[in-house]
Amino acid sequence: MTRASRDSDKSPPEHNLSSSRLKSDGPEMRIIVPLQGVVQGRGGLVLGSLLPCALFYFLQLYLKSRNRPSQSRPSSPPPLSTPNDHISSPSSPSSASGSSIHRTLSRGLLSPRVHPSVSSRAAAIARPDEDSSYYVGLKRCREDAYHRVDNPEGILQLGLAENWLSQDLVLDWLEKKAHGALLGGERPDELNIMGLTTYQPFDGSNSLKIAVAGFMNQVMQGSVSFDPSQIVLTCGATPAMEILSFCIADQGNAFLVPSPYYPGWDRDIKWRTGVELVPVPCRSTDNFSISTAALERTYTQAKKRGLKIRAVLIANPTNPTGHVLSRETLIDLLDFVTEKNIHLISDEVFAGSIHGDQSKFVSVAEILESEGIDKTRVHIIYGLSKDLPLAGFRVGVIHSYNDTVIAASAKLARFSSISAPTQQLLTSMLSDMQFISDYLEVNQQRLRRMHSLFVVALKQLGIECANSNAGFYCWADMSRYIKSYSEKGERQLWEKLLTVAKVNMTPGLSCHCIEPGWFRCCFTTLTEEDIPLVVERIKRVTQGPK
Amino acid sequence: MVAKDYKPCVPLSAIATSSTHGEDSPYFAGWRAYDDDPYDAINNPSGVIQMGLAENQVSFDLFEKYLEEHQEVSNLVNGVASFRENALFQDYHGLNSFRKAMTSFMEEIRGGKVKFDSNRVVLTAGATAANELLTFIIANPGDALLVPTPYYPGFDRDLRWRTGVNIIPVNCYSSNNFQITKQALEDAYAKAEKANIPVKGLLITNPSNPLGTAITRPVLKEIFNFISTKNIHLISDEIYSGSVFSSEEFTSVAEMVQERGYYDAQRVHIVYSLSKDLGLPGFRVGAIYSYNDAVVTTARRMSSFTLVSSQTQKMLSPMLSDVNFTKNYIKTNRDRLKRRYEYVVERMRECGIECLHGNAGLFCWMNLKPLLEEATMEGELKLWEMILKDLKLDISPGSSCHCTEPGWFRVCFAKMNIKTLDVALARLTSFMEKRKKT
Repeated sequence: MTRASRDSDKSPPEHNLSSSRLKSDGPEMRIIVPLQGVVQGRGGLVLGSLLPCALFYFLQLYLKSRNRPSQSRPSSPPPLSTPNDHISSPSSPSSASGSSIHRTLSRGLLSPRVHPSVSSRAAAIARPDEDSSYYVGLKRCREDAYHRVDNPEGILQLGLAENWLSQDLVLDWLEKKAHGALLGGERPDELNIMGLTTYQPFDGSNSLKIAVAGFMNQVMQGSVSFDPSQIVLTCGATPAMEILSFCIADQGNAFLVPSPYYPGWDRDIKWRTGVELVPVPCRSTDNFSISTAALERTYTQAKKRGLKIRAVLIANPTNPTGHVLSRETLIDLLDFVTEKNIHLISDEVFAGSIHGDQSKFVSVAEILESEGIDKTRVHIIYGLSKDLPLAGFRVGVIHSYNDTVIAASAKLARFSSISAPTQQLLTSMLSDMQFISDYLEVNQQRLRRMHSLFVVALKQLGIECANSNAGFYCWADMSRYIKSYSEKGERQLWEKLLTVAKVNMTPGLSCHCIEPGWFRCCFTTLTEEDIPLVVERIKRVTQGPK
Repeated sequence: MVAKDYKPCVPLSAIATSSTHGEDSPYFAGWRAYDDDPYDAINNPSGVIQMGLAENQVSFDLFEKYLEEHQEVSNLVNGVASFRENALFQDYHGLNSFRKAMTSFMEEIRGGKVKFDSNRVVLTAGATAANELLTFIIANPGDALLVPTPYYPGFDRDLRWRTGVNIIPVNCYSSNNFQITKQALEDAYAKAEKANIPVKGLLITNPSNPLGTAITRPVLKEIFNFISTKNIHLISDEIYSGSVFSSEEFTSVAEMVQERGYYDAQRVHIVYSLSKDLGLPGFRVGAIYSYNDAVVTTARRMSSFTLVSSQTQKMLSPMLSDVNFTKNYIKTNRDRLKRRYEYVVERMRECGIECLHGNAGLFCWMNLKPLLEEATMEGELKLWEMILKDLKLDISPGSSCHCTEPGWFRVCFAKMNIKTLDVALARLTSFMEKRKKT
């Protein structure tokens, strides 16, 4: 399978000029500045822009070869100083927060003495993600992506939880039905194109809410029905999670999060809300299941530190460990949050990606209906990026029984609304229940197959995986291959996997796992043919010199 | 299991329960009144006519025609590779082709006077998100942005709600046609200083909403001097730039930055969107253009919370890059808006109502002072209520835009067809006639 080349739509490689800091009064400027002035005076905008640019470019090359700092020219818009980075990757080390390229006037050597600051929130975000191997790995993989023909020595991507196994099914549907669905007007509830262009309800159209509620019901095999009026739609599960966090916690509050957990939460939840995440460690001896005792302990410790806990945040199915939570666990969690009078957030984005035999997904919604617990503290996050391969379309869901949360989220959704034509298209697709049913069935079969092949392959390498029955990944125990049983040892193994084996896996430390040596390996971006290659690559590390 | 008599009252955040969403004003109440009783030529001819929503449908036919002639635009996918790029693609850089298409369109609007670098574009789901994002980036909770009055009522919500940032108004007056003056800027800044509130930026809307005027060059120069001296950011919301009646009358801050050789440009940021000029608010396409690298990087990451659907990007990319289409669209749109504006102003003048001399936008800034019982905010609100209840017209009172002088109203004319506009104007003019007789 040819890995999708994203090069055509990737941002262009960083220009040489822009990777360096400018000095406002270096010797180079004294040559170039008057030159530009002269050229612009006579040659007009084109010459005035091109000639200095060209001269500058050559000057840059010369200077670079002499390994000196260099500058750039202001006659065309100043190029960026940081390499463009992917959604999951950090910025380059050359980007420092709060600073920017100095520009000089052609009529003088003035430069601003002071620069406006960015906020502390921005400064924190702009910093390179040196600490998060999750993002670093994704970035390095992007920069040197494996391609069977063009880059066979490239890095194999096992760090991205995307499902490429069943895209053909969705593609087929789109090819047949997208055009009609988009321009619409065939069904009474479909808008024509004018209806799409105008302002829509910010929290999503009613038709799409109904379709999404129906889809969630289908995904969870009819075990629970969702009320569309308790749903707020957003452009992705990422904003859904953030908006919900804004609604249930204030700045400085905290959520308890059983770990290991999805690395993205550290960014998505903490950034702008100012809410802390407090990990509740789970252990391999319990197969990483959540225990009330651990919750209690962590809660008490947090309280002692003066932290106000507002919610417990779980993923079900779990990420990165990949298992469905049992009814008992869910009931225990509900008891815990009820007793503490806090919220429970259940991120159920992988609900439709169950591959275990005999495994059935139980949503927290199902428990609520049967157990008669106060529902107003329970909220579900969902989205179409996992169970359907539609991450680019941006669809996220907040489902809450709390009317105030729904009302506030619906208002906040104005910052994160789904594009109307996308809503129209998806309403059509999700309402095609036969298609969805077929898709879910075939997709599950393919997931199951890939999962078992992959687990077997890893076993042959002596790598055992935790029992998992859901998600796109295996939670692999690579501890026997780390030199020292520590975070440092794990980091070293991760580095080796990236540089020697050229395989990107997500190390447990970026998921806040307290036991070193665990790695999340996604198998859904591979084909069966790729598996032997993955094995060969990993062997470079597991069987190579230590 | 939990005891049945346990009384839960699980607390929510201050943001969820506060009223900083700023939606208590008549601006929004008018919308609700419209929603409850919307005008329809056939089914509800006595319903409320919506003139409180700045939406542009005057040039929709051009967009429709484009779609008809380019069927492939709505044919979203061609092949697995393309699908993977499209449907899976969630890179916060956005599609390269789309960013280039946006800059091409923005350059076209500015008559080719400005060059934009598509690498400096950060896509957001609408200008609402773009303004909030920039506020998060340049200011901390408790800081302030200066915003000239009258301003778009949505700013009270968009700039303040989650960010915790304050708005300090820069007061403008009818005596000089509500232009921003150096004195007004200094006064506002001094006020903030006195209250110990750090000012982090100035946010201007150019062309202005609700005034419907483009900011002149001399005023822009003052603004640039002011932000440099005070070392603050400048956000220029230029979402109506394609709705200036004549391109010569619009000066983008980008032009100023370029003319100054990009000196001190790192404090300048532009907000744009396709909601007004192209009349596509439902598509949720906004953009930040910043000359500040740290802001671009941060905005890009923060845009994870507000990405534009890849399908939408793919759909619009060819259209926005099609220079023949965009040239024609921009020109036609400008002409039609200008004619509508002049039509409305003339009809109003005939019955003794004056509007601010405008040259942009989807609305008139109408002076209804003569109709006020008393020249106060209360008097204005009374008039607004009467116009809504009796004339069934939703127009926006100046007080909801923080206008310093009572009696001004923003009247939008671009969301309706000409027949409906005539009905609306007839209601106003007949009311004026009745008043003259009494």
